[in-house]
Amino acid sequence: MLTKAEPTQLVPETTLQTMSGAEMTLRALLAEGVDTIFGYPGGAIIPIYDALYDFAGQLNHVLVRHEQGGIHAAQGYARASGKVGVVFATSGPGATNLVTGLADAQIDSTPLVCITGQVFAHLLGTDAFQETDIINITTPVTKWNFQVTEASQLPEALAKAFYIARSGRPGPVLIDITKNAQLQQCDFPEYKVCHHIRSYRPAPIVRPEYIRQAAELINQATRPLVLWGQGITLGRAEAEFRAFIEKSGIPAAWTILGAGALPTGHPLNVGMLGMHGNYGPNVLTNECDVLIAIGMRFDDRVTGRLDKYARQARVIHLDIDPTEIDKNVATTVPVWGDCKETLPLLTELVEARIHPEWRQRFEQFRAEEVAAVIQEELFPTSEELTMGEVVQQLNELTQGEAIVVTDVGQHQMVTCRYARFNHARSNITSGGLGTMGFALPAAIGAKFGRPDRTVVAIIGDGGIQMTIQELGTIMQTGVDVKIIILNNQFLGMVRQWQELFHERRYSFVNIGSPDYVTVASGYSIAGKRVADRSKLRRSLQEMLQHPGSFLLEVMVTKENNIFPMVPQGCSVSEIRLR
Amino acid sequence: MSEHPIERQEYNITAYTENQIGLLNRIAIIFSRRKINIESLNTSPSEIDGIHRFNIVIHETEEVVRKIAKQIEKQVEVLKVYYNTNQEVIWQEMALYKVPTDIIAEKASVERLLREFGARAVVIRKDYTVFETTGHREETDRLITVLQPYGLIEFVRSARIAIIKHSDGFNRKLREFERTEPGSEVVENEFLNRRDEVFEM
Repeated sequence: MLTKAEPTQLVPETTLQTMSGAEMTLRALLAEGVDTIFGYPGGAIIPIYDALYDFAGQLNHVLVRHEQGGIHAAQGYARASGKVGVVFATSGPGATNLVTGLADAQIDSTPLVCITGQVFAHLLGTDAFQETDIINITTPVTKWNFQVTEASQLPEALAKAFYIARSGRPGPVLIDITKNAQLQQCDFPEYKVCHHIRSYRPAPIVRPEYIRQAAELINQATRPLVLWGQGITLGRAEAEFRAFIEKSGIPAAWTILGAGALPTGHPLNVGMLGMHGNYGPNVLTNECDVLIAIGMRFDDRVTGRLDKYARQARVIHLDIDPTEIDKNVATTVPVWGDCKETLPLLTELVEARIHPEWRQRFEQFRAEEVAAVIQEELFPTSEELTMGEVVQQLNELTQGEAIVVTDVGQHQMVTCRYARFNHARSNITSGGLGTMGFALPAAIGAKFGRPDRTVVAIIGDGGIQMTIQELGTIMQTGVDVKIIILNNQFLGMVRQWQELFHERRYSFVNIGSPDYVTVASGYSIAGKRVADRSKLRRSLQEMLQHPGSFLLEVMVTKENNIFPMVPQGCSVSEIRLR
Repeated sequence: MSEHPIERQEYNITAYTENQIGLLNRIAIIFSRRKINIESLNTSPSEIDGIHRFNIVIHETEEVVRKIAKQIEKQVEVLKVYYNTNQEVIWQEMALYKVPTDIIAEKASVERLLREFGARAVVIRKDYTVFETTGHREETDRLITVLQPYGLIEFVRSARIAIIKHSDGFNRKLREFERTEPGSEVVENEFLNRRDEVFEM
């Protein structure tokens, strides 16, 4: 039942009024501070769109070209701005097109409220036109979902939706509203924001004994290593994290969703974890004596082979979600709580250290990695362009100030490895789900979320073709997104695996491309193709200085592999440099 | 908890939840995504009006059960989840047996058997009689074997219901849950309290 909220805050000025469920929905969004909606109309959501017609000045609706584009845009918006992303879609195919984005948001903890239209309540279960059981379809990929069949349920359902989406470990929520509920006239009481649901405990009370135990372990450690993830950013605890790192002097490595919480250039930032992460943090994970994991979930792409992962280390795990503690890696000290709260408590108890010898180890591995991989990737001597040098040139031009949105594959790993991030919420990528087609719509959303920042989407020639229709959204809204296509004429990551592990049997990875510059120009988007090192920097400059969106296709070498690499089934310390 | 956490055995999962459409599915998929068979599932009211109680039985290792219990408790509409071995609960299952009345009437041995198993006649008709018995799985199973030679027509067994031996009910806990600023009792991670017992390395 929808009765457990104990709301306190009164938002709009209105008192009791009669209005349609559709209008109530929009008033609820305004009361929740929503300013932007990504959506696509259709039969079962027409009443909400009809009401939206009168809210044009208050709610900015971005008409996307496909519902998947809509939800990825909302994800980009949420990840860039820290606000809840909102999506509208109709019933049936409109709703099912959200599923990939919901799964992506669920695994990457992105706060979303998706509102889908549904057939009239009396038609439910009759195979009505565009009826699909979207509640059951989306149950495994939502933090919460709810079907509204009466207008009177709407204010409470939406209040709960926003509260659940943004509190605790954030996640996507779907509210399915039958058409009769949208049309129904009903008294709209003052909208009450939800602050409490009795069966839901978003943030635990921190247990001081575990903070003490964690601090003791850290103070005894001679080779401590911090692994951080997106939890720092989701908890808005970047400053607390930095204070902890700087006092304890512990080298810190990041998961790709954590990138930016500590600036790339920070002396204690020792690089990226995981399959294509940096050499030092991977190898030294298996040499550290205390491993401190903060807001990360030991994904298999980070840990490699689990039974050979950090067996020598004692593990401290800080997480807001108790299901993550002891899920993949057994912890010595579980610090269950919001890191915004736990980190300062821990910082107070840890001794100031600098760990010079231990940090020196990371430097040595860094030097080895530079010599074996990084130098040639960023400053190639080969004739053809590399992905790494494009990212390097971009770094020099943006100075790490841009939001960089990536898709999935080789270009993503190269970008995450080499892009500079001065700020959190700057590396927007599909981490857990690995959704190709994510970047273009997510970049559009990111720009709506942070219009003050430069947004650069870096996309492969495979991924761009999965959601290329969103160029239409750019055309119609005039949103300013810089698009770099790193074209190696292959589905590069699969090709790399086929080369390394399947005897170069390049099965269906040879993907053709349209003339992207012509496609862009068809959408009135400026574009350019570059294949020549001498023109790369100038082209990037032109792209960044162009007023409005710009598509830059960069032809890169076809068969480059991403190294270092922890082959699947291997331990992190078995990471290969070539 | 179990002294041999690697071994699979029967676990009784008890979940206190809101009464919400769709929650059964949300809970069921936590098992099916790991390809775990639910041996028995019962939903019923609890000692508290409006709070539902799920009893779920699975055959698994303690480690898997612990992770599943946490994942169930994570669902928004779930208040609390416990898991217990068979030794830690009082449990019962009910079974119904339909047998031809003429055979029962003829054979005194059958009547004796039914008494032995504590079976009770629920319906007696000219053509068939329905017996009911309540007990553990082995007991209700044994009566099937026994009745088989006498022309057992139909058999059905209910889901398991279980009461946790050491539990003092949910009333006090619920009051904590209803408070916006709950006491440590509710928000502390009970799985962490039992770390010494459940820790597997």
